[in-house]
Amino acid sequence: MFGNLPYLALQQYWYIIVSLLGAILVFLFFVQGGQTFIFSIGKSPVERTIIVNSLGRKWEFTFTTLVTFGGAFFASFPLFYATSFGGAYWVWMAILFAFVIQAVSYEFRTKANNFLGQKVFEGFLFVNGLLGTFLVGVAVATFFSGSQFSLDEMNRVIWANDTRGLEAAFNLFNLSLGFTVFFLARVLGLLYFMNTIDNENIITRSRKALLRNAIPFVGFFLIFAIWLMLREGYAVNPDTGEVFMESFKYAHNLLAMPLVMWMFLGGVVMVLGGIALSLLKNSSHGIWLTGPGTVLVVFSLFLLAGFNNTAFYPSAHDLQSSLTIQNASSSQYTLVALSWVSLSIPFVLAYIVFAWRALNKKKIDEKEMQEEHHVY
Amino acid sequence: MLESIDMSLVDWSRGQFALTAMFHWIFVPLTLGLSFIVAFMHTIYVRTGDEEWKRITKFWMKLFGINFAIGVSTGIILEFEFGTNWSNYSWFVGDIFGAPLAIEGILAFFMESTFIAIMFFGWNKVSKRFHLTATWLTAFGASLSAIWILVANAWMQHPVGTMFNPLTARNEMTNFWEVIFSPTAVNKFLHTVTSSFLLGSIFVIGVSAWFLLRKREVLFAKRSTLVASVFGVISAIATVATGDTSARIVARNQPMKFAAMEALYEGQTHAPLVAIGVMRTDTTRLPNPRQDFIFKIEIPNALSYMVFLTPSGFIPGITDLVYGNEEQGIISYQEKIERGAVAIQTLKELKRAKERGDEVTYAALLEKFSDPKWLEGYYKHFGYGYYKGRELKELIPNVKLNFYSFHVMVILGTHFLIFTLLVLWLSLKNRWGNHKWLMWVALVTMPMPWIAHQSGWLVAEMGRQPWVVYELMPTLSAVTRLKPGAVQVTFWIFLATFTILFIAEIKILVTQIKKGPGGK
Ligand code: HDD
Ligand code: HEM
Ligand code: HEM
Repeated sequence: MFGNLPYLALQQYWYIIVSLLGAILVFLFFVQGGQTFIFSIGKSPVERTIIVNSLGRKWEFTFTTLVTFGGAFFASFPLFYATSFGGAYWVWMAILFAFVIQAVSYEFRTKANNFLGQKVFEGFLFVNGLLGTFLVGVAVATFFSGSQFSLDEMNRVIWANDTRGLEAAFNLFNLSLGFTVFFLARVLGLLYFMNTIDNENIITRSRKALLRNAIPFVGFFLIFAIWLMLREGYAVNPDTGEVFMESFKYAHNLLAMPLVMWMFLGGVVMVLGGIALSLLKNSSHGIWLTGPGTVLVVFSLFLLAGFNNTAFYPSAHDLQSSLTIQNASSSQYTLVALSWVSLSIPFVLAYIVFAWRALNKKKIDEKEMQEEHHVY
Repeated sequence: MLESIDMSLVDWSRGQFALTAMFHWIFVPLTLGLSFIVAFMHTIYVRTGDEEWKRITKFWMKLFGINFAIGVSTGIILEFEFGTNWSNYSWFVGDIFGAPLAIEGILAFFMESTFIAIMFFGWNKVSKRFHLTATWLTAFGASLSAIWILVANAWMQHPVGTMFNPLTARNEMTNFWEVIFSPTAVNKFLHTVTSSFLLGSIFVIGVSAWFLLRKREVLFAKRSTLVASVFGVISAIATVATGDTSARIVARNQPMKFAAMEALYEGQTHAPLVAIGVMRTDTTRLPNPRQDFIFKIEIPNALSYMVFLTPSGFIPGITDLVYGNEEQGIISYQEKIERGAVAIQTLKELKRAKERGDEVTYAALLEKFSDPKWLEGYYKHFGYGYYKGRELKELIPNVKLNFYSFHVMVILGTHFLIFTLLVLWLSLKNRWGNHKWLMWVALVTMPMPWIAHQSGWLVAEMGRQPWVVYELMPTLSAVTRLKPGAVQVTFWIFLATFTILFIAEIKILVTQIKKGPGGK
């Protein structure tokens, strides 16, 4: 089946899978967003415990999605993995660090004699929510704005400066996506609380906070989206592989791929619809509109960055070093082998959904926190 | 091209990888071992409906959870470190190496993390049967994740199922099954997981012995010990057996590592096995002193016999490998370096011919890379070519460290086998717990599997030096070109963070153990 596909189709198939994983990851950032509210919405210890536990049953999904996103990118586009991670060293290290301190915090938070104290572990969760989302947004923005690298004759990465990726966080365009992702994660976190927690105070405060976070989210998103449509982009000549700058490249891509355009627009409507529903109608199901909407928008952004003869990891420093779906991928053999493995993804998704529902039958409340034996 | 590499960069990068991997490995084997022990206990509970077994299961499950969290914390760094610190390597071998990592994420990590949630939270939420299934799937998920990462590691020890593609200047996979089912990979997996099961068993026996010493929770402690000792005996036998096979495979595929493990300088037939020895300090220098040991106890012929099943088998020593041994058909390192340099040069000329548009030269050179004779004669030594103009001793791993690590592991393995057999025997007769001194033995034994585990990885990884991918890619060409200072900073950050988390984990574990199965 996969063995008969042309090389390019396999490369595109894997770019789609990686993009989907990235899109799902941003949706699952509701965990990170939620973590930034531990102190401001959880006023009493019990409320904080409810919040942490509602997130604690989901954090592994986000974490594992991040790990799989990295693994899948490594396997299908090793040159990207080598160039970006090795090149933008500081950005990735900071992101990783934010996740290292997250993984222990849930389990250790309320355990007796935990050395650092409950407050510190809650602080770790806050830092993870802040840095994790913001820096991932900045890193993804470089897919459009370019990075400062070149590749030598053996494809080894040379970074043009010693800030090693940190410079990306001082670029206004990148910042606009960083803040968008950060506020989006917070919005998603609030919608998640409203969906899973049964506690009057938390719900009321979440609804109030929703408006305050939705406004900056929409603002930053508009700045990013409009800027993206207006900016020039990294185009590839399909015959020679030569990379050149093209005005309105991403707007052209959107128009050239109507399906992507509809996904993007539909996604935006869903994201806003979910927020509006929660604000105006007091609905608790907003997350089921905003979440999938997020997946659609992020997915279409990745496709804008890589499809239609575009360099998905461009170098602003040395145009011809830019990475494309074609020059950064694994061999055909490996992509075929991986594609067989990808057939198990629906199965994996099915048991995740099954497990999620088994645990979410009932909303989390104070009573459960007292009765449950495994509490974070 | 290697002239420009700063050796302190290589050293710090290695140090950082070793640090993070070894930290990760403190927690991983306990996760692997404890997950199955919990599954056994949970099964007994579901079968018997005895509430005491439920208490037992929940207690060990709690310890499992604490350990799992920090295992995950330390794991994520490793995955991305291949990119951040070994980017040249990631590109050079990503085609083969990335695949297992991706499969691990898709198949294993999701299984682990999904079902672990049900395992922890499912007590009153899902049916008993489904809950038990989740516990088992968590255990299988953990071992499944071990398969893939170990396949990747085994491939670095013994690269198979791949071909060099001169057009992209890197290795590409040609046979997925060869990569997965190479004897090195299969053995590595078996040895690693069984030794992890052993570690889990000895942990449970040790903690239970503490309760028995205190005369607290006696029924809980005896039952836990029984489950752990059955599992422990089986695992100990399997660990020793697979370790033995591992050594034989190393002797075939990585003779230099094997010579270092045995500190064998002069190759010989009827080679003896050094059971216990103390080495001199300056044995890594070349030419080597013949007097390599201050003191040793040898078993005659044993080494040759173990590897070849006949005492007349020839085991090459470090000297034979470095200077060559015509009689045994061993090429010297100098010769390998020359041939490797030819291979590297050919690749460069190929690239230049392409840039010039010189089709004839290009085609002629490209031909070489598909000629089996040329590949065997020259490309095979590709990695050695990087050592042209460098000192030969850089090609020798740290002999002392390998020798001691290996022997510590083997001696401890023997101890664990005897120990678990004794515990099982006494447990079956219900006499475990009667002798105070035996409880102390169990307590003292408890940290030892960690020593064996770390030693094992030191042998595997340090013995492979100076290669990241055996004989193809030297460590110094694998590294990302960063400022050494940058790696230094992250090294210290990781050291500090992991140490703090480690202290927290130990304090929490000890507190939970002291509370016992009755505590909340
Ligand atoms: C033999 C088994 C084994 C080995 C050699 C390694 N690990 Fe590991 N790893 C596991 C067995 C494991 C595990 C049992 O699945 C862990 C450990 C404890 C845990 O909680 O899960 C885990 C966790 C874990 C995680 C977090 C997974 C999650 O999201 O749940 C990552 C990203 C890695 N590891 C990556 C690595 C890398 C890149 C390694 C190579 C140097 C490595 N591990 C060595
Ligand atoms: C978790 C168990 C492991 C431990 C304790 C461990 C230990 C080490 C140590 C001590 C080093 C440094 C060697 C030196 O500096 O001479 C090292 C290096 C390395 N290991 Fe491992 N290792 C483990 C697993 C793995 C696995 C599973 C892989 C690959 C899949 C791997 C790949 C590497 C690489 C790429 C290096 C860096 C290059 C080098 O210095 O050789 N390691 N490891
Ligand atoms: C008689 C007993 C044993 C023998 C002969 C033995 C042999 C070996 C050998 C030859 C290696 C290196 C494999 C390589 O470089 O590829 C190894 C690695 C290792 N050993 Fe052992 N071993 C024994 C006991 C143990 C014990 C008791 C433990 C832990 C409880 C242990 C844990 C490990 C680990 C974690 C590794 C690294 C993973 C690997 O390379 O397979 N071993 N062992």
